[in-house]
Amino acid sequence: MWKLEPRPEASTTMRYASPAIAVALTLVGGMFVFAALGKNPVEGFRIFFLNPVRDLNAITELLLKATPLMLIAVGLAVGFRANVWNIGAEGQYLMGAVASTGVALGFQSTGSVLVLPAMVVAGAIGGALWAAIPALLKTKFNANEILTSLMLVYIAQLAVSWLVFGPWRDPAGFNFPQTETFTDTALLPILIEGTRLNFAFVIALVVLAAGYVFMQRSYAGYKMRVAGESAAAARYAGFSAVGMIWIGMLVGGAAAGIAGMAEVAGPVGQLTDKISSGYGFAAIIVAFVGRLNPVGIFFASLLMALLYIGGEQAQQYMSLPSSISKVFQGMLLFFLLGSDVFIQYRLRRATAAK
Amino acid sequence: MTDAQPGIEAGGATPRLALTGITKAYPSVVANEDVDLTVMPGEIHAVLGENGAGKSTLMKMIYGVVHPDRGEMRWEGNIVAVASPAYARELGIGMVFQHFMLFETLSVVENVALALPGKPDLSELAERIRKVSDKYGLPVDPRRNVHSLSVGERQRVEIIRCLLQSPKLLIMDEPTSVLTPQAVRTLFETLRKLAAEGCSILYISHKLDEIQELCHTATVLRAGKVTGHCVPSRETPKSMARMMIGKDLPVCEHGAAKAGGDVRLELAGLSHAADDPFGTDLKDLRLEVRSGEIVGIAGVSGNGQQELLYALSGEAPLAEKFPVRICGFDSGRMPPGRRRRLGLCFVPEERLGRGAVPSMSLAENAILTAARTQGFLRRSLLDFRAARVFAAQCIERYGVKCGGPQAQARSLSGGNLQKYIVGREIMQDPKVLIVAQPTWGVDVGAAAFIRQAIIDLRNKGCAVLVISEELDELFEICDRIAVIAKGRLSPAKPAAQTSVEEIGVWMSGMWPGAPGMEEASHVEA
Repeated sequence: MWKLEPRPEASTTMRYASPAIAVALTLVGGMFVFAALGKNPVEGFRIFFLNPVRDLNAITELLLKATPLMLIAVGLAVGFRANVWNIGAEGQYLMGAVASTGVALGFQSTGSVLVLPAMVVAGAIGGALWAAIPALLKTKFNANEILTSLMLVYIAQLAVSWLVFGPWRDPAGFNFPQTETFTDTALLPILIEGTRLNFAFVIALVVLAAGYVFMQRSYAGYKMRVAGESAAAARYAGFSAVGMIWIGMLVGGAAAGIAGMAEVAGPVGQLTDKISSGYGFAAIIVAFVGRLNPVGIFFASLLMALLYIGGEQAQQYMSLPSSISKVFQGMLLFFLLGSDVFIQYRLRRATAAK
Repeated sequence: MTDAQPGIEAGGATPRLALTGITKAYPSVVANEDVDLTVMPGEIHAVLGENGAGKSTLMKMIYGVVHPDRGEMRWEGNIVAVASPAYARELGIGMVFQHFMLFETLSVVENVALALPGKPDLSELAERIRKVSDKYGLPVDPRRNVHSLSVGERQRVEIIRCLLQSPKLLIMDEPTSVLTPQAVRTLFETLRKLAAEGCSILYISHKLDEIQELCHTATVLRAGKVTGHCVPSRETPKSMARMMIGKDLPVCEHGAAKAGGDVRLELAGLSHAADDPFGTDLKDLRLEVRSGEIVGIAGVSGNGQQELLYALSGEAPLAEKFPVRICGFDSGRMPPGRRRRLGLCFVPEERLGRGAVPSMSLAENAILTAARTQGFLRRSLLDFRAARVFAAQCIERYGVKCGGPQAQARSLSGGNLQKYIVGREIMQDPKVLIVAQPTWGVDVGAAAFIRQAIIDLRNKGCAVLVISEELDELFEICDRIAVIAKGRLSPAKPAAQTSVEEIGVWMSGMWPGAPGMEEASHVEA
């Protein structure tokens, strides 16, 4: 009989090593998955993990993919640290996309340089407003924010569908459910000529830096950490629990909203009913793989982007099903949680009680 | 202090329990090193030691909660390895923990049934409980729900639960910390009766006068090692304290209070219905605490202390402003932060998880309450260096044993963390200091130090309110003492004009002019 017993002291080194171990285990597990699907594991590894970083162009695609993930994840981390469980970043991402699309459709004809900044602000506000609903329900009626924020995702998806099938449908778009394509006025500038990597990556890095300062250096970030670690201590110190919920939800919503803006004003260039991509959910994994730390989140979002792109490549070159990315994401989260168990616990052979 | 363990061992009988060379090391600290301990049948054996001396770890090893790294345990002459508490109970070892492990919403008999193997018949069990409680003078009604019991009664339930399994060794961890002086008498009668029947008792306490009165022999631990054995009846509390801390006990210097200070903290008819259905409603509390005096509030826990403290600190703000006045400001509705800005500092009863965040370092825990008063804030960013300097000063001035300002709060022993929290609050130079259970579970050396720090603060003109269940402590440091019982507060009486006995009676709610005087119910037997 084996049993888990708590370690007397959790190792800090292992806390940070655990994501690396989880990645290694995911790679090994992935080899088995390829073998089980009748593919050459080495070939699978090459296509899945090396193809996405083979040249500059591939790397910019990776960074492009990672941009919304790091934006959303760093916003979520602020709330997660205070035990504010915003699971509905996907919905806030959509509402950010909707709000900034509204600005683009209304003002891009002016050609003003202010359109893009206004779209960023609108995206943040759209996401924050959508996140304000669960915050209000939580603080007024103590409704569980996990449920309410998640349910609002589906409402947001339907709202987007209604817009692109209805009032915002491009009259010249052959009845496809999408808006007009944005003009250059409403599109984020490209960073490296000949690639799709755009200015949103810079915004994401700035948000990461701001997130770092907020979480590690600011009084408000400190209060949120206290609230997350011990509710009674936060109450004793006089930190308002209601304030924590609002900050946690609004910051997460705003960051997700900016990610939504970056998508419509970036690679997609319009609002479509396919804009919902699962970034809002994948970012939850990114936040935890990154240990709710902005530096960790940067690397975790690159890893998650790699899984996304690797999955697409495996689909293309190895004719594997598209759900292969989901399998890898699931494996990564599973191995991470599994490794985390051993930070706090160790496996001991139970001595038979006499 | 003699080398051979004196007393009953002279009889040459087989010891009930004999530990030799027990060692238990944790990654950061050696909790027990080479500990020998022998307990004879019918012996009441005290285990004495400062906080962090390793008493609790030793008891947990005997009870099978923790396993020793090295050493031998003999039970009635046979070598045993106690793998689990269940096995310990099978051997005949019972333990009453300092913090009770009872379900509030279940009845006494249901709680007892949970600890027994199998599925006992409840009415039959109730009968057995009644018999045991009659026999040992532990009156408790088996059908009552635990939430309606006083703390003393709850402890009886815990003891009965152990006694039903006819233990041969009973471990009591700080059993009197929650009892009125009268209830302590009753408990001692019970323990003596048990010992007379041959049950051995391991008695852990820091109250030296109690050990002297009750225990036959004592083993003294210091820093995880046995430093001596003694027969308490041949010692004085002072000599035992010296054995325990390795030097003479510091004595508190307590001059007369300055008269006529301004009123810093005032309760003007504080009434508050408890949020918790099992809480105590506060009824029309009135009290004044002046600059330069220490006022104590005595009482058995669960009589409204928690609710009063929440109302005073602002953790549960009131609906009205007037009932709490801090430095002349009506502050009943203020949250804790605003009260701190008026000059209030507060040491809560729970150190870990309320007074300090367990996973955070001591420096980060300094920010918890001192961020504004000590200038750790640069606009809205934190100056961690200033917090580290403050924490280092607090550690040095208050003699906190720890790994420095970066040590996690949870790595400190209870007494050291308490010193740190008291130091953190006092170093902010408060106008009003409220302290709950200043020395609960703290060893004598640290307790004397904390008391002196509180007295020094009062001498500097601070108004201090101390809420404690330890009467001796209140009499040692307070200028005036009031009693809280069933959510009502007695008038405060100058400490010099009252006695432990009088306050003990008041603790049952019977002070002159008390509204419930005629009913006179709920007397701690």
